[in-house]
Amino acid sequence: MSEGGIHVAVARARAGMVTGSVSATTAVDAPAVVAALAEVMDPELPMVSIVDLGMVGDVAVDAAAIRVELLPTFVGCPALELIRAAVIERLARTADPGQSVEVVASFTVPWSSDRITAAGRAALATAGIAPPTEPADVRCPYCGDGRVVMDSAFGPTQCRSLFYCRACRQPFEAIKPV
Amino acid sequence: MTIAAPAGLGIESLLRSMADDEFVIGFSDSEWTGIAPILEEDIAMSSLAQDELGHAAALYGLLADLTGTDADAIAYDRQPAEYRHARLLDHGRGDWAMTIARRFLYETADAVRLEALTGGSWAPLADLVGKLVREERYHRMHVDTWLSRLARAGGEATVRVRAAFETLAPDAATVFTPLPGEPALVEAGILAAPMRELEAAWRAAVAPTLRGLDLPGPARGPAAADGREGHGAAFEWLWGEFTMVRASDPGATW
Repeated sequence: MSEGGIHVAVARARAGMVTGSVSATTAVDAPAVVAALAEVMDPELPMVSIVDLGMVGDVAVDAAAIRVELLPTFVGCPALELIRAAVIERLARTADPGQSVEVVASFTVPWSSDRITAAGRAALATAGIAPPTEPADVRCPYCGDGRVVMDSAFGPTQCRSLFYCRACRQPFEAIKPV
Repeated sequence: MTIAAPAGLGIESLLRSMADDEFVIGFSDSEWTGIAPILEEDIAMSSLAQDELGHAAALYGLLADLTGTDADAIAYDRQPAEYRHARLLDHGRGDWAMTIARRFLYETADAVRLEALTGGSWAPLADLVGKLVREERYHRMHVDTWLSRLARAGGEATVRVRAAFETLAPDAATVFTPLPGEPALVEAGILAAPMRELEAAWRAAVAPTLRGLDLPGPARGPAAADGREGHGAAFEWLWGEFTMVRASDPGATW
């Protein structure tokens, strides 16, 4: 279901691109920009787009520029520069000729794990990563059991913790609630 | 990009002190990568160090925007005597007990400082602080768990963690060293209270935990006026480590 959600968004983005190429005078609008960004996956969580992660803040479009605000998940997230480059590269294909692409990181609205969409949470669970919830409420993404134990609050990336499921004996990761 | 800030408000000394604190503790913590007592701690210390270095980068970024320079130049191109981190962070990595003791003293002090900056009148810093505090929760969980474990274990663990607090005691409060230009920061509503008041709040906050674990507290205050200067040999060594790559090819783009 989650993957379906992402595919729908991708399909919309592609449709938007086609429309843009048919008529050079068609203005790119904010929904088209968001749809294009739904194709940009998080490099550390490649099953989730930056839109479903809730990393896209304000999107402003005018004749001169497409301006996108990115909300970093963690202040020191080393993937941010890669994401910024991927966003610029993707939007360069959406922008009208002469329209520049500006991407800035912002903390004005602090990213929180509550910003992850339902589709994003489902995509994480499908990939074996428990969606963000208080540590006491984490359930195993493989078997759904709640008999889990946190091995370490710190995992392979800043946003993840390590858990173990006592029911199906499977180690798994969980997104930290922040 | 250059951003506007109220002039002469000590904002530069505030940003420099906070960024240097996070930078130096981040690099000290990163020394555990690969050699921590257990695998989970290897990961935890690496992740904590990555958080702190990320916070430092964001703070250096604000300072660079204010002064029209470059964050990397501020972070790497100064001489050791020009850094303004608290002397609490100048004792070298030490053993595991020293690392936990230093993290506890620093994290609790940083929490008091961040609280005093929350909702401050200068938006670029207040916005960043709003994000930093969300990440600190995990740092506290980690250090509180370890401190209690070491202090209650008895035997060598407890002997070592007590010794670490004794070593750090004279410098424990140096995060609250008064800053140049501090009264103006308070007057402008950027910082909620002077460092001396924050120090008192921090002492009151950590006392019950340390008493409960029978650990030596910070030396009687207040923090020395030069608590962010005179960094010593351990920091000179660390400085040599963290500037080594940049110094190997000045001006290179990474």
